[in-house]
Formats: sequence, structure tokens, C-alpha cells
Amino acid sequence: MQPQWRASDINSKGVSMRLDEIMELLDCELLTTDSDLSIEVTEVVATDGMSEVLAFALAGELMVTGLTNIQSIRTADIADVNAVVYCRGKRPAANVIEFAKLKQIPVFATDLVMFDICGLLYQKGLKGVS
Amino acid sequence: MADILMRHDFDVQGRNFDKAGEVSSEIKVILKGLGIDSKIIRRVVVVSFEAEMNVTMYADKGTIVFELTDRNILLTISDEGPGIPDIEQALQEGYSTAPDEMRELGFGFGMGLPNMKKNSDEFEIDSVVARGTTVHARIGHNA
Repeated sequence: MQPQWRASDINSKGVSMRLDEIMELLDCELLTTDSDLSIEVTEVVATDGMSEVLAFALAGELMVTGLTNIQSIRTADIADVNAVVYCRGKRPAANVIEFAKLKQIPVFATDLVMFDICGLLYQKGLKGVS
Repeated sequence: MADILMRHDFDVQGRNFDKAGEVSSEIKVILKGLGIDSKIIRRVVVVSFEAEMNVTMYADKGTIVFELTDRNILLTISDEGPGIPDIEQALQEGYSTAPDEMRELGFGFGMGLPNMKKNSDEFEIDSVVARGTTVHARIGHNA
């Protein structure tokens, strides 16, 4: 039986969302005050494995993770992702938020779990990268 | 052999996870300042960051040497760590010897060395068990 979809089809829609739209959709709290929420993202990388972000993320992506240590922001900076959403009610320590501000990476927190975040973003047309 | 136009030597402290990544952030700032293409910068800093995390996770200490020539960026990462017994195996995606505590930090999923190789134009590992590992990476640039 042929699969009904291919990875290349999934990644080819070209829909984008602004960070303020994502913030509302995911019921997020913005942790980095004064961030520019007009930034747009088209793809999403969702994982707790930082090397996966480094391997697959494209510049300008949204990163969804449950990992709240300083390495999450270092990884976001190195991978040039546009914004970070911390899932399942996790909040990073104050020094992590300060570091994100320094690197000008908008950071959000939501009580939603990763699976639901991905489902909501996918429904809006955003895609993952492989 | 092309002339080295710029060289920076950095020390990496093993086991210090708060500082892990600082060297790579610094290299990113240097490359941005030089006006290198952002895609090339990304490749260089992914190699450097993965290497820095490996040194932090596995070794007591290490060094990262950054060199710039007219056509290439060269990274040499050396550590005094446990060494890699089977380099071919270590280069396979998903293979990892990292303990759970490293995975809790977001690393050690068996992607580090493959990521480094993928982002390099030339990549070489020299390793002696119980002595340490040296990684050479070359990334071409057109600036």
C-alpha cells in the first residue's frame, strides 16, 4: 500500500504565523518582555533533544521544548531559531530568561503539552522540518 | 598551505554545563563581525557547539582553536577525555554512550558527531582511548 503522504508534501505549504498569533493560539505567557511579536515563523521544531534542533532546525523556526536550562537558549541562538515555547507549564530560571533577552530571542511559556502544541500549530498550517 | 588570517584559542572547562556553549557564542559573534554568510556561520557554530558540549560532557578539559584563511574556517577541538574506541560506530546517528543525566540536559542522543560531520566540508577524528580526542573540521567560505 502506498503512503497517503510524503515528508516532502508536508513541508511544502509555506504558511506563516506571527508570534502574537501563536501566543494567543497556545495561551502563552511572554517571558521576555519587549520582544518583537510581529516576527513570523513557517516551521516548527519540537523536541527536548538539543542536537535535533541543531540537526533539523532552519533559521527562523519556532522551537517547542520542555527543556528549560540555559542550553535551550544557547541552542536556539546557535541554530538561529526565531522564538522558543516552553511546554507543559515549565518555566525557566530568571538567568535563562535574562540570557534570552540578551540574545534577543522571544521566549514563551504555556501549560499545554508538546503534543497538543504541535497539533494546534499543524492545524494552522505550520510544518516540521526533516 | 593558505595563510592564517585570524586565530583564536579557547579553553573549554569539562563538566561545567553553565558555561558550555560560551565559546561557540563567541565564535558566532566573531564571524558575524567579519560579515561571513549567515548559512556558513550556522554550519561553523553547530560544529563548534556540538564539539564544545562533547568536551563538557566527557572530558576534564579541552581546547577549541578557530582559524580563518581566505577560503576556509578551520576548527580544531582537542580534549583530555576518555577517547572513542570505535569512531565509525560513534558517527552513526542515534549511537550514544551518554548517561541519563546528560540526556536530561538535552544532549547525548547520538546526534553530536553526525551533526558535526554533516556541517563540515572536511571532518576528521583522531582518538586514543584513555588519552583524548582531537577533531578537525573545515568549512569553506566565500567572503
